[in-house]
Amino acid sequence: MGLPLVMAIILALIPRENRSIFRYGTLAATFGSLLIAIYVFAQFENRLDEAKDEITFIEAAPLATQYGYIFTQRSDWIESLGISYHVGVDGIGVVMVLMAALVAFAAACCAREIQTRQKEFYILLLLMSGGILGAFMSLDLFLMYFLHELALVPTFIMIGVWGRGQNKEFAAYKITLYLSIGALLTLAGLILLYLHYKTFSLVEVLHAADIGNALTNDSQSLVFALLMFGLGILVSLWPFHTWAPIGYAAAPTATAMMHAGVIKKFGLFMLIKVALPVLPAGAQVWLPVLALLCLGNILYCGLVAMRQKDLNLLIGNSSVAHMGFVFLGIASATLIGLTGAVMVMVAHGLLAGLAFGLSGYLHQQTRTLDMEKIQGLLASMPFWGTLMIMALMAGCGLPGFANFAGELTVFFGAWETYPVITGIAMWSALVIGAVYMLRAIRKLLHGKKGETAPEVEDITSWQRLPYAILLTVLLLFGFYPRLITEKINQSEPTFRQATAVQPEETE
Amino acid sequence: MDLSLISLEVGVALLGLLILLIDLWTPEERKKHLGWLATGGLAAVFCYSFSTFDQGDAIINGYSKDALAVYFQGFFVMAAILVVLLTMSYAPRIRSGISELYALTCFALAGMTFAAGASSLVMLFAAVELITITFYVLTSFERHRLRSLESGIKYLILGAASSAIMVFGIALIYGSTGALDYHEINRAALASTEQPMQLLFQLGVIMVLSGLAFKLAAVPFQLWVPDVYQGAPTPVTAFLSSGSKAAGIVLMLRLLAEACPSLMDEEWLRQLLGLMAAATILYGSLCALRQRNLKRLLGYSSIASAGYVLLGLVVLNNTGAQAVLFYLAGYIFAVLAAFTVISVVSEESDDEDISILANLHQRSPLMAVALTLSIVSLAGIPPLAGFLGKFTLLRAVFEAMETIPGLPWIIGAAMIGVVISLYYYFGVIREIYWGTGRFWEEKKPSTEPLDCPRTAEIVLLMCLFGLIGLGLFPEPMLSLAGEATSNLFSASR
Repeated sequence: MGLPLVMAIILALIPRENRSIFRYGTLAATFGSLLIAIYVFAQFENRLDEAKDEITFIEAAPLATQYGYIFTQRSDWIESLGISYHVGVDGIGVVMVLMAALVAFAAACCAREIQTRQKEFYILLLLMSGGILGAFMSLDLFLMYFLHELALVPTFIMIGVWGRGQNKEFAAYKITLYLSIGALLTLAGLILLYLHYKTFSLVEVLHAADIGNALTNDSQSLVFALLMFGLGILVSLWPFHTWAPIGYAAAPTATAMMHAGVIKKFGLFMLIKVALPVLPAGAQVWLPVLALLCLGNILYCGLVAMRQKDLNLLIGNSSVAHMGFVFLGIASATLIGLTGAVMVMVAHGLLAGLAFGLSGYLHQQTRTLDMEKIQGLLASMPFWGTLMIMALMAGCGLPGFANFAGELTVFFGAWETYPVITGIAMWSALVIGAVYMLRAIRKLLHGKKGETAPEVEDITSWQRLPYAILLTVLLLFGFYPRLITEKINQSEPTFRQATAVQPEETE
Repeated sequence: MDLSLISLEVGVALLGLLILLIDLWTPEERKKHLGWLATGGLAAVFCYSFSTFDQGDAIINGYSKDALAVYFQGFFVMAAILVVLLTMSYAPRIRSGISELYALTCFALAGMTFAAGASSLVMLFAAVELITITFYVLTSFERHRLRSLESGIKYLILGAASSAIMVFGIALIYGSTGALDYHEINRAALASTEQPMQLLFQLGVIMVLSGLAFKLAAVPFQLWVPDVYQGAPTPVTAFLSSGSKAAGIVLMLRLLAEACPSLMDEEWLRQLLGLMAAATILYGSLCALRQRNLKRLLGYSSIASAGYVLLGLVVLNNTGAQAVLFYLAGYIFAVLAAFTVISVVSEESDDEDISILANLHQRSPLMAVALTLSIVSLAGIPPLAGFLGKFTLLRAVFEAMETIPGLPWIIGAAMIGVVISLYYYFGVIREIYWGTGRFWEEKKPSTEPLDCPRTAEIVLLMCLFGLIGLGLFPEPMLSLAGEATSNLFSASR
């Protein structure tokens, strides 16, 4: 899985004269990791059964296997600090890795718009892809954080150098400061965890928490708050979300796809994998707060999205709003709610990749994304238009797309714990979402062609491939959600711990 | 007295004398190449320092040659090698006596290596003075430039004042304990029961620490930094911010660990250090925000770094000391790489404004990458050495959080400092990649390729190697640092 990283180093050594080699090298590396991800995804259940047999028959099975992790690899890294290179996937990890690999490949395909300094761009893109794939697989908290930062830092540079629009510099500054603060808070939380458990190994921490070695209630709520707000900033939790729409509007297409689709999911991933199972008492204190804040995501950002004239700002705001559903699922801390949360994460990753990819293509054609200026595109760009309609429809939760399945599951899960909040969220999700998405469709695709309408060409031949892949998978998971729910439910040890403590206060 | 114990230190000083001697028979145009001699000699010393690493601790009167000393000696020699190489690339700008510059660097280095092992107050003072007096000359070495002279005079006046405070402190300690050797001081301090004597002793310790804080550039002894850093020749600035700072730290570490165990339980010592650390971090970060001169910017950033180092000292235990040692190892590579790039780039325009970096990524990819990585490392972002340095420091501090009241506030200040520093570090990176020059000037910044002198290239490659190597494979260095500090704070208790 380190394929993109290796490729990044190889490409760094190639002189910049060979322009095409960077693009094809990147494509090959991301495609390779996609193939491996599919293989792992397909083989997951077989290997898991083997691993289960192993646990039954052999007493001293490795801890990682007991916690449902397979395809593990381990070697020591910084022994004196208890840090090791330890990777493996479980049910949640395997679907996230598949999603990440899909979006990474699509992003590499969509990077054609980059015409200057291609070498640097592709190297950064590979660093990003490799880092985030690794982060979803690592079983060591330090490695997880380390690789996530490795994926995050290129974002800042990419926005600054290849970004677009007047305020790309402002966006780059803002995104750097916000995300660094988030990462720093998370790091503080992780160090506190480490000092208690004396190890960074995720499975050892889980095991220790399982057998009753927990932090005191006070420090649990401190650490949980650090992780929740730190990771929350990384995921654009309301009211710390303002970096997201501006950042995505200024980012080059591939960066926006990778960040909104994949990297942003890391914070949620870590909340589910680490914060909930290890810190039940802290979760009890803070989850109701999280539920309230996620309402801010869904309602406030939905309303903001309604007023947007720029397509990318609209998609950006709606993606922040979608994060609200995941937070709601997490806040419910029920099996169904968490499953739904992971499903929304996967679905939204694919959707964000698709939507930003499409809007990036449009920008490449028209040099603007102002919906007042470009209207009535369906006639001249039928393929693009159809895909866009589908993406926007998926965004407002139309049945048949994976988003619908995920959101529905989240609502089922959250209903018992927070009936009022869930009610409001459902109402707003349907109505607000439908309003802005339909308005966008009306203007962008069906509206009258203005006099200033630029000439546009539809997506042709091979360039359709990335969009088609993303949409196909989105539909596949939408019609047959068992494909992922079955995998997700294999992470039962994590869920067992995560759902052990129900938030007491029900409204 | 066994001379073989201090062979390394003597060797360095002799090397300086040798350079001065050979200089007499070297024709003017070839003097620049004396730098290779200095580099070669220092490299030999560096290799030799490894052979002394496992010899175990040896203590002669007021001078100890233990793992801590050897660690820092290796560190200083490494810094000096890089600085000499940097000086060679800077040579065309020196109008008077390049070989004296090499020799003086060696003398300063000798002072630093003595500082690494100093375990009596006399030794401490002699080492500090050797370093400081050499730097008076070095900072004002470009006599034709007013700024250089100004920086020399500022350093002289403030340095002399801080030395005076330190001597006063030494006198107080001697007066209250009747000893100069650290271990004897400790014994006397533990034995003494008289209240006034203890007070005098504590006052003396504070005054000596103040003198050392001047070397470290910690608040409130930081005022000289921006002016001196800006005025001094760039290689000297680089040495000042790497070697001289580290010398202050090792002296402080040893003084606290060996002479002051009797003060370990005193609340005020930790609070004082903590307050200094927080103030230093915040001062450095805030002042750097609006700074446009690159050398001043790095000066303020080095003040902030001194604050992080002090953070590691606050906890007064081995973990903290280990973190400090590791942080410094990553820090010199970052600082030296940054100063090298600034030195080369500023030569062309004779200007140090941040806008000279515009288009650097086109003009010289190597320098752009080196400066970017060193800035990223200074900002403490993975995967480079600076991140692990700050990480180990934070870990050490978090560990002690419950035992020291008020520490959460100090950690908070440090975190805020990190966030503020991201802003100005990011400004540098912005200039490199998408800077547009100065907005009030019509002229577009040049895009012509910029040559990097061979020796500067060597420095940059070594620094990059160090930054990435320490970031990805920190284990060997961490264990070295751990070994060096393993019985620092426990031995004398």
